[in-house]
Order: sequence, then C-alpha cells, then structure tokens
Amino acid sequence: MMDYFILILIVLISLTMIPIIYRLVKGPTAPDRIIALDAIGVCIIALVGLFSIYMKTSFYVEIALLLAILSFIGTTAFSKFLEKGDIIERDNSN
Amino acid sequence: MKLNNVILKTTTQVVFFMIFLFSIHIFFAGHFSPGGGFVGGLLTASALVLLLLTYDLKTVQQLLPINYTTMTAIGLLLSLGTAATSAFLGDAFFKHYFDHFTLPLFGDTELHTAMLFDLGVYLVVVGVTMIIIQSIGGDE
Repeated sequence: MMDYFILILIVLISLTMIPIIYRLVKGPTAPDRIIALDAIGVCIIALVGLFSIYMKTSFYVEIALLLAILSFIGTTAFSKFLEKGDIIERDNSN
Repeated sequence: MKLNNVILKTTTQVVFFMIFLFSIHIFFAGHFSPGGGFVGGLLTASALVLLLLTYDLKTVQQLLPINYTTMTAIGLLLSLGTAATSAFLGDAFFKHYFDHFTLPLFGDTELHTAMLFDLGVYLVVVGVTMIIIQSIGGDE
C-alpha cells in the first residue's frame, strides 16, 4: 500500500517537471529561467528523497544534500550575474 | 555603487561551514561507500566559490592566505609518493597496506594507506579548481 503511494508521488512529481521545463525553455526573461532551474533542483531533491523511502535505504540521502548545495550555489551565482553583471569581483571595498 | 548584501552574507557565514563539514564527511566516507577525494575536493572548492561569490577575491585571499599552486604540488607529491612507496618496498606499484590499530578515542580502527592517496587527490582537486576559477573569475 505504502509502496504504491510513494510510486504515485514519484510519477506526480515527475509530471510536475514538464511545465517547469516548458518555462525553462520558453521563459520570456532570464529570471523566469533561473527560477525554473531552481524549481527543477527542488523536484529532483524530492524525487531522490522519495526514491530513498521507496528503496528503504538511507544511502541516497547524501545525494539529496549534495544536490541541494549545488542548486543553492548555482542559483546564487545566476542571481548575482543578473544583479551585478560579474560573478566574482576583484575588489568591492571601494 | 555599493550594495550591502545582508541576507547573502549572513547565509554564507552559516552555509560555508555546513558545506565544508559535509565535504570532510564525504572525503572520509569514501572507502566503503560513495564519496572519496575527488567529490570531497569538489565540494570544498564549491564552498570556497560561495565565499568568492559573497565577498571578493581580495577579501578571500586575506581570509585564507593559501597558495593553490603549492597546494596542488603537495597533493601530487603525496599521491605519487604513496603510490611509489610500495614499489620501493618490493611490492607492486599502488599496492595498499592496511591494519587494525587501537586508538584512544575511536577504539579499534582500520587505517589504510589508500587514505593518504585520497588526501593527495583532494588537495589536487581543490588546488586546480580554485586556480581555474580564480584566473577565469579575476579577468576584467
């Protein structure tokens, strides 16, 4: 019973990614695409967590943490690129 | 124009240490489970990249005065030295030794020479990644 529930959730979250990918490809502006990428990251983290429950192992939880870190750094870098133009500054004290 | 990124700076001060500790965990997990020197090195490099994103090249260089070229050289020396030691001792190249030791805090611990090789890989990966990112990101 619980297995079917988790499987249905996995399918639903996978289907959720389709409109997000549409927004990623079509998205009129750059911030739309960045938020779509971040949402795809969240979906993949949720999928990894559900798959970990489905397989009854805690082996995959580290992957979720790793993906969360990479997604966070990527979104921060994209946002700073949009806001300031350059990602790594030489000297911003002046 | 000077912006004071309060949210980004406060988040980085916490998240940097979380990523760094997780990279050390991944590094030590690498013998019997997924992980190892390469992934740990990449995670440490991404923590340093987060620091570079929040502050700038000059501040990070003052904060962590590390010469990444020397770091890469030490890592290569450690890896090749660990690999070559067994050849000088009469065994095959890259043979790895392990034994059980009783340490005061950990109890019965299995120590491998493969971990020294992994430490070299870790240092090389962090050094090379940071050299590439600093030389690309420092361009005007």
